Amino acid sequence: MLLLQHIAWGLPEGTEIIRDVSLDIGDNKLVVVTGPNGGGKTTLAKLIAGIEQPSSGRLILDGEDITALDMTQRAQKGIAYAFQQPVRFKGLTVRDLLELASGGELKEAVLCDLLGKVGLCANEYIDRELNASLSGGEIKRIEIASVLARHAKLSIFDEPEAGIDLWSFSRLVETFEELRTAGAGTLLVISHQERILSIADEIVVVADGKVRAAGPKDEILPTLLSEEKTARCPLGREEARV
Amino acid sequence: MNNITDTLLRLVSDFKGSFDGAFNIREDGECAGRQSTEHIQIESKTDAPGIIVRVMPGTKGETVYIPACVTHGNLDDLVYNDFYIGEGANVKIVAGCGVHTDDEQEARHNGIHRFFLDKDSHVLYEEKHIGTGKGTGAKRINPVTDAVLNEGAVMEMDTVQLSGVDSTLRKTTAKLAARARLSVRERIMTDGQEQAKTEFDVVLDGDDSGVDLISRSVARGNSYQEFHSAIKGKTRCTGHSECDAILVDHGTVNALPALEASHVDAELIHEAAIGKIAGEQLMKLRTLGLTEQEAEEKIISGFLK
Repeated sequence: MLLLQHIAWGLPEGTEIIRDVSLDIGDNKLVVVTGPNGGGKTTLAKLIAGIEQPSSGRLILDGEDITALDMTQRAQKGIAYAFQQPVRFKGLTVRDLLELASGGELKEAVLCDLLGKVGLCANEYIDRELNASLSGGEIKRIEIASVLARHAKLSIFDEPEAGIDLWSFSRLVETFEELRTAGAGTLLVISHQERILSIADEIVVVADGKVRAAGPKDEILPTLLSEEKTARCPLGREEARV
Repeated sequence: MNNITDTLLRLVSDFKGSFDGAFNIREDGECAGRQSTEHIQIESKTDAPGIIVRVMPGTKGETVYIPACVTHGNLDDLVYNDFYIGEGANVKIVAGCGVHTDDEQEARHNGIHRFFLDKDSHVLYEEKHIGTGKGTGAKRINPVTDAVLNEGAVMEMDTVQLSGVDSTLRKTTAKLAARARLSVRERIMTDGQEQAKTEFDVVLDGDDSGVDLISRSVARGNSYQEFHSAIKGKTRCTGHSECDAILVDHGTVNALPALEASHVDAELIHEAAIGKIAGEQLMKLRTLGLTEQEAEEKIISGFLK
């Protein structure tokens, strides 16, 4: 459903952050993007959502070239993006945000269902302002709910686990699984969490601005963990067994 | 009552052809209708233009409407209204003001309101201002509010001025006795060459008194706003003021908050921020499918809600 062809992007002063990334993301798949910090995962997500424009390469969504579209137009084409660090709004309430996301008024039951998916009780939250009175974990979960409210073709979640407690995280993993089972669109989740990796259909490893590995979970996950062991021990995996 | 007044009343208060409860409608400096109720008496002042509103002790859940309208140019309306709120009463006072001019002459309303809240009374005071009409004449509204809150009294002021008033100077002073609370929510939007100035002077005079002053404003076009507040804590008390302003186009906002504490247990805080709409906020709403302009409107209308 989404094709990335030779995507590149760099900082204005010239540092290359994304170098020649090509990817094919299939319909209704749960794809987890992982890799070391600073490797370019968030930048890649922003390039897909249209928050950044690639310096070269093309993005094709369901056969349509969307490279030149801005973030509003890409959102209208069915791309949703949950920010890693959500922004706060003085005045806008949780209900306002979810209604803007879904494109119309929402009944209490729907709000309740959306917030329940991220482990929040709707009654306590729907009229709360999205201001500094909400904790980091609360605002993060509302951000995720705002993307769920869109029922988009492609939903991108940038480190959804960051700042969320264990219990809400479990609920979130269930939600991702439910969405996948329902075939309700493609999920692209940037994550380091083993539990999220373990429910992936496919895993993409991004490091140093490039795709280091991509493929079915069963193929990629074992190599990931072995690499981790290697990285921990300067002698490497083989010698470390001794 | 003329058509312009009818339109203005619908804009500044929940007028639907009539009012439910006590009311006094001021139109172009004259009384265009009045009604007292069993618990709320409204009478004319004898020494100056204006009215005296007396709310009997223990009155609960009633609303008093005292809108004022100026419907043409070349009028400088000045009115002195006094409110006496009896012990333990809990009422809502709706004091909208609309000014309208279709010619080059100035339309102006100056409302001077004095509130005397007896022990443990509670007032919700709503004030909505609007300027309308195609005339080039300046539309000015200059409200003065003086409040004296006795022990345990609570006053909530909710003021809104979102369009059409060329110049406004709002002065609010309050003096609070023990356990009295004042909370003010002010929302202002100016555009074009409009000017809006607000001044607050609150004296916390009794133990455990408190004030919470929240001002949110948007300055568009070449408009100019001033927010000057002074909170004086003379005893064990809490004072908080917060001034948030969004600039659009070439607007200017001058915020000058002052705190004066003369007691070790006076806790006074001020927060102020002036700036354009945060880029991250626009970005978030655009990723939901809104255009930049739609996102800006949503952020501003939420901010001024």
